[in-house]
Amino acid sequence: MTDLRNGKDKTLGEILRSQGISRRSFLKFCAATASMMSISPALIPKIAHALENARRPSVIWLSFQECTGCTESLTRAHTTTIESLIFDSISLDYHHTLQAASGHAAEAAREAAMRENDGKYLLVVDGSIPLGNPGYSTIAGISNYDMLMETAKGAAAIIAVGTCATYGGLPHANPNPTGAVSLNEVIKDKPVINVPGCPPIPVVITGVLAHYLTFGSIPDLDHLGRPRAFYGNSIHDRCYRRPYYDKGLFAETFDDEGAKKGWCLYKLGCKGPTTYNACATTKWNDGTSFPIEAGHPCLGCSEPDFWDGGGFYKALSMPTENISKTAVYTATGALAAGVALGTMNQNKKNKAHDSHSKTTVSDLEK
Amino acid sequence: MTEIEFLGWVRGTGFQLATVIFIAGVIIRLVEIVMLGRKANLAEPGGSEMRSGLRTIISRMIPDKSTFQRSSFTIVSGYIFHIGLFICIFLFAPHILVFKDITGLSWPSLPTPVVDAVTVVTIISLGSIMLHRYQNCVLKFLTNTEDILVWIVTLLPLVTGYIAFHRIGSSAPGLIALHILSVEILLVVFPFTKLMHTFTIFLSRWYNGAISGFRGVES
Repeated sequence: MTDLRNGKDKTLGEILRSQGISRRSFLKFCAATASMMSISPALIPKIAHALENARRPSVIWLSFQECTGCTESLTRAHTTTIESLIFDSISLDYHHTLQAASGHAAEAAREAAMRENDGKYLLVVDGSIPLGNPGYSTIAGISNYDMLMETAKGAAAIIAVGTCATYGGLPHANPNPTGAVSLNEVIKDKPVINVPGCPPIPVVITGVLAHYLTFGSIPDLDHLGRPRAFYGNSIHDRCYRRPYYDKGLFAETFDDEGAKKGWCLYKLGCKGPTTYNACATTKWNDGTSFPIEAGHPCLGCSEPDFWDGGGFYKALSMPTENISKTAVYTATGALAAGVALGTMNQNKKNKAHDSHSKTTVSDLEK
Repeated sequence: MTEIEFLGWVRGTGFQLATVIFIAGVIIRLVEIVMLGRKANLAEPGGSEMRSGLRTIISRMIPDKSTFQRSSFTIVSGYIFHIGLFICIFLFAPHILVFKDITGLSWPSLPTPVVDAVTVVTIISLGSIMLHRYQNCVLKFLTNTEDILVWIVTLLPLVTGYIAFHRIGSSAPGLIALHILSVEILLVVFPFTKLMHTFTIFLSRWYNGAISGFRGVES
C-alpha cells in the first residue's frame, strides 16, 4: 500500500527504508557513528532507535558571505551514502542553493518554517556576517545580521558550518574589508556548534545531526565550540606520515626524493601539528584520501585565521615576518649606536684622565 | 585572544620585537666592551698576545686536573647541559628551519627521538645544577636573583618545547606558542644578563690569554 503521508510526518527510518536502505546497512551506519563520536557501543541500539523514530527536523540553512563550497562538499558525494541520505531526509526548508523557490516565495518558505517549527528547527549557517556595512551582503533586502538574529531566535540548535561561519574565514582575513565576524561573535545567548573546515567534512555535519537527532542535545564541544568527537585529535597525531616526522625524514620540495617516498611535509608548510580535524581518519571523497595523502601539506583550514597564518608553504616553526630584514636593519643601527656609545665612553674616560690631578704628599698632610 | 592568534603573534610581532632587542642589545654591549680597550702596557712584550689569546680560547675548553678534581660535578653537568642545549637548539629539524628562514643557511638534523632524549637529559642536568647550587654553601652564598632568572629563562624553552612536542595538558597551537614565547623571553633577557657569556666568553678568554702572552708566561 502506498504511504500517502506527507514527507515531514514520516520517520527517518521510514524514509531510509523507502530509499532502499537495509536494516543491516542502517545499523552499520549507527555503529560507525557511535565509534566516530566516541560513544559507547552499548548505546548503538539507542542511536538506531532514536534515528529510526526521529521525525524529519526542519532545517533552515542560511548562507552569508561564503563561496558555497560547504554545500558543494555535502552534496557532491560520488555515490549515495547513508550520511547523505540522512542529510536528504531532513526537511531542508530554506537553502539558497538547493531550494527550488526563489524571491518572495523563498523568503515565505523561511518564515513559514520558522512559524510552524518555532523553538524546534535547526539553524545551519555557512558564511560570515559583515558588520562593516549591512549593505555588503543582503538577501531579499535583509542584511545578513538581521536575518541571522531573526532566525536564531526560534532555533533549537545552531550549527555554524565552515570556517567562515565559525571564525570569519576568508572574508575575515586581513584587512577584513567587510568587518566580517563569526556566528559566535554575534550570537551570545545560545550555544553554537562549530563545524569548521574549508570546506568541512560531510560526515562531520551528518554526525552532528545524528547526535542531535539521537540525544536531542548538542555534542560535547571543545574550547572553540567544535565537537570533540571529530576535532579531538590533530591531523599530525593521526597522520600516516607521522613516523617520518619522528625519524626526521622530510620532503624538502614537492618533487624531490622525499616527496616521492611520502616523507613528512612539515618543511613544506604542513599545519597538521596545530590543526584539529578528522581528515586523517574519515578522509575525503568517499574515504579515498586527504590532502596530505595527495602530497600536499595541511593548510590548517579548520583553525581560526588560517588565511593569515604567515603563508601556506612556510613551516610552522618559521617566523611569519621577514626577520632577516629586521635583523640586518637592527644590526646596522646597533653597530652605529654601539660605536657612538663607545666613543662617548672613551671621551668620558679621556676627560676624567685629563682632569685628574695627582695627589701629592703635601695634599695628604693638609 | 585565541590560541591561533597567540601563535600568530609570537611568530610575527613577538618574534620581531625579541629579535630587535636581542641583536641590538648584544651588538651594543660587544661594541662597548671592545671599544673600552685596555690600558697601554709600556713594558717590553715577552711574547705574542694574539697567539696566546687564540690558544687560550681553545685550551680553556679542557679543565685542568686540579680544577676538575675540585669541581667535577659542576664541570660535567655544565658540559652536559651546554652540549644538550646546542643539540636541542641547532639540530632539531623545526629549529633549523628558523635559522634557514633568517640566514638562508641549513644543515642536517638529528632524528626527533634523539633530540627528545637529549632534551630530557638537559632538563635533568639543569635541575641538578640548581640543586647542587643550593646544597653547596659557597655557591648558595654567591647565588643572586640574576642567577635564578637566567636559570629559569634557559630552562623554560626546554620544558615548554618538551611539553609542546608531547602535547601535554593542552592543545598544540597554544603549547607551541608558549614554547616560542619562552624563547623570545630568553632572547629579550639575554643581552642584559650573564647569558652574554655566550659571546663574551671568547673575548674574556682572549684577553686572559693575551695578558699572559704579553708577559711571556703560560696562560
